[in-house]
Amino acid sequence: MALLEVRDLTVTFDTQEGKVCAVDGLDFNVETGETLAIVGESGAGKSQLMMAIMGLLAENGSASGSAMFKGRDLMSMTPKELNRIRGAEIAMIFQDPMTSLNPYLTIEKQMTEVVVHHQGLRRDEARAHAVEMLRAVRIPDPEERIKQYPHEYSGGMRQRVMIAMGLLCAPDLLIADEPSTALDVTVQAQITQLIGELGEKSNMSMILITHDLAAVAEIASRVIVMYAGEVVETGTVNDIFYRPCHPYTQGLLASVPRMDSSLDDPLRAIPGNPPNLQDLPAGCRFRDRCVKAVDACRSRPPVQVQDDGRTSRCFLDMMTGEVLEVPVSEEPERSGTEVLEPQAPASETVK
Amino acid sequence: MSKPVLRVQDLAVNFINQTGGIFRRRERVLRAVNGISFDLHASETLGIVGESGSGKSTLARAILGLIKPSRGRVMWRGDNLTELDEEALRQKRKEFQIVFQDPIASLDPRMTAGDIISEPLWTFYPNMATVQVEERARGMMKMVGLLPNQINRYPHEFSGGQCQRIGIARALVLNPRLVICDEPVSALDVSIQAQIINLLKDLQKKLGLSLIFVAHDLSIVKHISDRVMVMYMGSAMELSTREALYQKPLHPYTSALMKSVAIPDPKLAAAARQDSWLTGDMPSPYDPPKGCVFHTRCPYMVKRCEADVPALRHMEDGNRVACHRAEELDLAI
Repeated sequence: MALLEVRDLTVTFDTQEGKVCAVDGLDFNVETGETLAIVGESGAGKSQLMMAIMGLLAENGSASGSAMFKGRDLMSMTPKELNRIRGAEIAMIFQDPMTSLNPYLTIEKQMTEVVVHHQGLRRDEARAHAVEMLRAVRIPDPEERIKQYPHEYSGGMRQRVMIAMGLLCAPDLLIADEPSTALDVTVQAQITQLIGELGEKSNMSMILITHDLAAVAEIASRVIVMYAGEVVETGTVNDIFYRPCHPYTQGLLASVPRMDSSLDDPLRAIPGNPPNLQDLPAGCRFRDRCVKAVDACRSRPPVQVQDDGRTSRCFLDMMTGEVLEVPVSEEPERSGTEVLEPQAPASETVK
Repeated sequence: MSKPVLRVQDLAVNFINQTGGIFRRRERVLRAVNGISFDLHASETLGIVGESGSGKSTLARAILGLIKPSRGRVMWRGDNLTELDEEALRQKRKEFQIVFQDPIASLDPRMTAGDIISEPLWTFYPNMATVQVEERARGMMKMVGLLPNQINRYPHEFSGGQCQRIGIARALVLNPRLVICDEPVSALDVSIQAQIINLLKDLQKKLGLSLIFVAHDLSIVKHISDRVMVMYMGSAMELSTREALYQKPLHPYTSALMKSVAIPDPKLAAAARQDSWLTGDMPSPYDPPKGCVFHTRCPYMVKRCEADVPALRHMEDGNRVACHRAEELDLAI
């Protein structure tokens, strides 16, 4: 049994302009000890997906589907039950280390609170444990630094504190939502490495949510690529980076500026803009920006699945790249949740 | 070579920060930009790269006269901008414009795209006919890859990349000769970043602009710069041509920045992990290290680096570096 099994997860938001479907029927597993990367650009739904699982959606959001964690469905838990799991069995690291720490409390107070709450440790035990964790994330002189306030730490150091806090209760699953995005390049590399090493050392599973493909290449074992609320491709890290099937994945990889490319290589952008979630094109959501789009893309593309679990949501054959001859029938309508009907194709395409 | 359009000479910006209570008032001086000099030629692109706190944005703003420099000169086609009075500087600003980092925050949400793009025209040419202004705004939209029929839309109706295109159109509407782009793509998605960089590159070629492109990542400026200046704690560490810098950086900090850009390739990323060595954080800017500012993080540090500040000096090939050991180090990639 996988550690986390997510089925048909759908997240919708009620907005002034109507319902917006941010995540549309997602299925995935996280196995024990693996690092799963969820990759996508802003608006792809990757963060909301995790917020839904953790019961942290904004007030106007609602989620349906199931998320079985060690056999229990997180989605049907009461806040009280969730509170026992969050921070203890599942920990999260958020993007912004500046705003995720309480500026009024010392690092010690914030760190020991977690273990006192979840594990019932005495203050001095909790403190010793916190110091140990700070040392594990390589904060120099942790006995002294634990007495300080967040503003006395640099951005990179604060993110280390966040990681240490996440690891305090030895969680089974660590969810890291863009852990290095707000940091400087030189520090990004350090944080990505640190997370990778900590994952390797323990048998902890990790979900890395990011748009940083280099971080994915460095620490993930499996990758889910999302676009406009859907999964477009899944595969092992080697599949995704060396043999990407979906035109979106291919475009994304080609658009990353690389230090190891020749100086004359042009930078290849994906044309157009991400679709408005309230006004999604009918058929394939990537169609308007896809350089390989064909007529068939006007209807919903099939999800192709290989024996090893690799998937691609596209009319192009995963193996050959040829257009599939007989489009597989459309996905069955999901029941139970309101499925937003795709609107007419967006009229504004930008050259 | 032609005469440079912009000469920055020994430019410095200090911020004074007061701390302590009423009775223990203490002034701390933060040297955000510490004696930067460079020339920029017509149609040339200079990339300025450094970590946050390196002073790159402050430098950009000081060049435009948005921040008053504490020392030094900014010579713009013969005029010393630091000595001009406010009105004269305002008139000069037609010739140099800026594109900001946050594409959405830098546009007024209550103005339409057309209003935003034509505002500089109204400011500088109040007597221009409305029809003419609108025509010009539409032309600009087309030039930056927006549909002219979107002229009456508001910023929230555009995506981040499109908003940045509006910001670029606004910067170009007065036909400037120099555009300073302060991290114009940092807030954008990867697939859109490439679009904006390519757009700026095309426009530069078409219009013969001089560009200063500020970024925190060497991989971003690689595709657009003719020369690159690497900054650290307010000082220039290296100023080299693109070809030289990306093949054989002269300064250990440049080399460290290059190595810290992870490569999106699982095998290379694993190899690079062994190789990256830049540790620790930047020291406090209020208390910069003596001698070379980089010596606390530099693996090639020797005694001399702790005492003597290295000058930004010319090497044989015309590239410039501020490192005592530049000749003996081989940092080729």
